[in-house]
Amino acid sequence: MSDLDLLYSDVEDDLRSSVRNVLADHCDPAAVTAVYDGDRSGLDGLWKALAVDLGLAGLLVPEDRGGAGASAREAAVVLEELGRAAAPVPFLTSSVVATVLLLAAQTDLLPRLAAGTSTASLLVPLSTVPDGPLPSIRVGAGGRLTGTITSVAGALEADVLLVPVRTAAGIAVYAVDTAVAGVVPVVSLDMTRQLADVTLADAAGELVLGDAEHAIRRALEAGAALLASEQLGVARWCLDTTVAFLKERRQFGRALGGFQALKHRLADLYTGVESMNAAARHAAAALAAGDLDLPVATAVAQAYCSDLAVTAAEEAVQLHGGIGMTWEYPVHLYLKRAKADQIAFGTPDTHRARLGALIGLDS
Amino acid sequence: MNDDLPEELHRRVERFLAAHDPATTERLTWLRARFDAGLAWVSFPAGLGGLGLPQALQAEVDGLFDDAGAPDNRKKANGIGLGMAAPTILRFGTDAQKQRFLRPLWTGEEIWCQLFSEPGAGSDLAAVATRAVRDGDTWVVSGQKVWTSGAHHARFAILLARTNPDVPKHGGLTYFLCDMTDPGVDVRPLRQITGEAEFNEVFLTDVSIPDSHRLGAEGAGWKVANATLNNERVAIGGRAALRESGMIGEVVDTWRTNPQRRTPELHARLLGLWVEAEVARLTGQRLRQKLALGQPGPEGATMKLTFARLNQQLSGLELELLGEDGLRYSDWSMTRPDKVDMTGRDAGYRYLRARGNSIEGGTSEILRNIIAERLLGLPAEPRVDKDIPWKELPR
Ligand SMILES: Cc1cc2nc3c(=O)[nH]c(=O)nc-3n(C[C@H](O)[C@H](O)[C@H](O)COP(=O)(O)OP(=O)(O)OC[C@H]3O[C@@H](n4cnc5c(N)ncnc54)[C@H](O)[C@@H]3O)c2cc1C
Repeated sequence: MSDLDLLYSDVEDDLRSSVRNVLADHCDPAAVTAVYDGDRSGLDGLWKALAVDLGLAGLLVPEDRGGAGASAREAAVVLEELGRAAAPVPFLTSSVVATVLLLAAQTDLLPRLAAGTSTASLLVPLSTVPDGPLPSIRVGAGGRLTGTITSVAGALEADVLLVPVRTAAGIAVYAVDTAVAGVVPVVSLDMTRQLADVTLADAAGELVLGDAEHAIRRALEAGAALLASEQLGVARWCLDTTVAFLKERRQFGRALGGFQALKHRLADLYTGVESMNAAARHAAAALAAGDLDLPVATAVAQAYCSDLAVTAAEEAVQLHGGIGMTWEYPVHLYLKRAKADQIAFGTPDTHRARLGALIGLDS
Repeated sequence: MNDDLPEELHRRVERFLAAHDPATTERLTWLRARFDAGLAWVSFPAGLGGLGLPQALQAEVDGLFDDAGAPDNRKKANGIGLGMAAPTILRFGTDAQKQRFLRPLWTGEEIWCQLFSEPGAGSDLAAVATRAVRDGDTWVVSGQKVWTSGAHHARFAILLARTNPDVPKHGGLTYFLCDMTDPGVDVRPLRQITGEAEFNEVFLTDVSIPDSHRLGAEGAGWKVANATLNNERVAIGGRAALRESGMIGEVVDTWRTNPQRRTPELHARLLGLWVEAEVARLTGQRLRQKLALGQPGPEGATMKLTFARLNQQLSGLELELLGEDGLRYSDWSMTRPDKVDMTGRDAGYRYLRARGNSIEGGTSEILRNIIAERLLGLPAEPRVDKDIPWKELPR
């Protein structure tokens, strides 16, 4: 087995700068902070600029199904940038998780997602572990769906919900129009990825995939693998911003960054973030290559990057002093995103336990 | 210590309660009477709310009064008054200041805040730029303070200001008691990470403070402020506590009520932190036993350091333990609380608010410097500004 490429191609670098430019224009920290007060007015425009104008929604969709035919490596680059901006957009939930799921189905939903004319969300709690228990909705006569799933990410932005439904044969996936679902916004720790509780009461749904369990788990695995890249982006922002701040901020007649105690902290953080970069890139490359090592790569990336992104954000708050505790200064957005990301697709201890089983180190 | 003391004190409390039934006495009347009976803070001198008894007996007295349904003296809203202003006034105040300020402070009639930090003077508190200029019997004070917790409901403030810019920074400071209702005091809310605005910016424009509200000598502000800070650190980190109280109590509750979320790793982490919380509790107990009346030294820094780290690790663990529920928050709206409510709100609030524990009252980095330099006697960091008159420092 040859080593996977953990660097970035020129094409990927170009993609990064286009995404960064759009975010610079459409996603300033004040607009992101406003979502905490319920002002989501700028979000449709931001998502359209990314999904449609840049064509990011179709990144993982093959060209013959209306997409860009790119790979998880490019999606990972996008997520790094979205993490860096704490961008409140449904790329991970719709363009990664829902899209990967639909790749296994024959449906005209996929080209719609790819074109950005539709946005979908898989109806599971954000904390669902790829190989853990899956919630499901009941199906009644005439394919009517009933049940409640809590803490779903991407449901607020979606017009289509992909609903896991338990049938005699296993788990199937139905598509449900959000208009016929009860989507109740949740006051979330991370409002930049606001959750919703979704209730279906005798809702009409359309069968998209019959024997869907494997596809659902693959989609969640892809989400977990690529979440590491978002976490990398969060951590990089925290590191870069803190370094810049401590070069400027003076106390005791000196730049604070000149105190060795802080230099060492930042050197450790830099070492950690570089390590995250390797782990996250490895998971993305393994996903792109369809590598058999993917479950190990994902578990390693999640176990490592989840904690490190939190550490980076906590260090950023601490090393900014009082300003780090304010609402006006954006570092809190990253702390909230990092902490929620740590729980998303399973907490690090869950991934370490998964890993133990995969590598023959069971408890 | 006299062995009969607790018993004698017990009887004294009972006699007081017999004469002042909390159920039928008006709240303030009752609190003032308790103060006048010397049963407010028993370690304070007689005549100032105490009986000159060891601090260790306080918990017992409070317990007896709590059991009898005694009214609350707004302890939580007045942490800065009770934990910081009062011991500093007791130590440095004139008799008139002690008579004027201590009783309404203790009863909660007058809430206090702390006007120390400024945009340019945080960790480097001695760099304070707020100017106080003498004009006969008053001082005219102008400048900007920041991160002032509770300024929006405070009646008085402890204030650090520069009275002499011509000497090196530590020597030119004076400590004042500032009336927050003075027309020159402008309090503006500063919203914080939790959504609420517990702290403020405070703009001081020609505020006039009578010289009789100066605490300690002119130019002695740094020494007085350090007494306050040492008290603050003990007040924050070294409270008397029961086993499993505070943050650890919240997390063990979450563990006990969420069996479905238990994993071996979380269990090991919880037990590790439980041990640390218990040891921290015992360390606080030991520190309180060691402390002389009202005069803590730099050793409080260790308690505050541990307290902050544990609060942060425990609240972080609690969110992981809650899993899906940890993704939810209670309320982001901008409220103006009058206290920090670590146990009354959700785990997400605790997690976010606890980040401030290692910043407020001296950051953990500064506390480590204090431990290293003042307790261990290690060489100090090179100081580029120590001998230069404050006004010549680059800003
Ligand atoms: C919730 C909260 C409530 C507060 N309430 C009050 C209040 O009521 N009244 C009041 O006066 N103040 C209050 N403060 C202010 C607090 O005391 C200051 O924020 C603190 O002293 C740090 O100052 P700063 O914010 O300017 O950070 P800075 O001094 O700019 O520090 C930035 C970072 O550099 C680190 N650092 C600084 N110097 C060194 C060094 N020599 N070596 C190593 N690291 C160093 C710090 O530890 C910090 O991590 C409050 C703060 C918070 C967060």
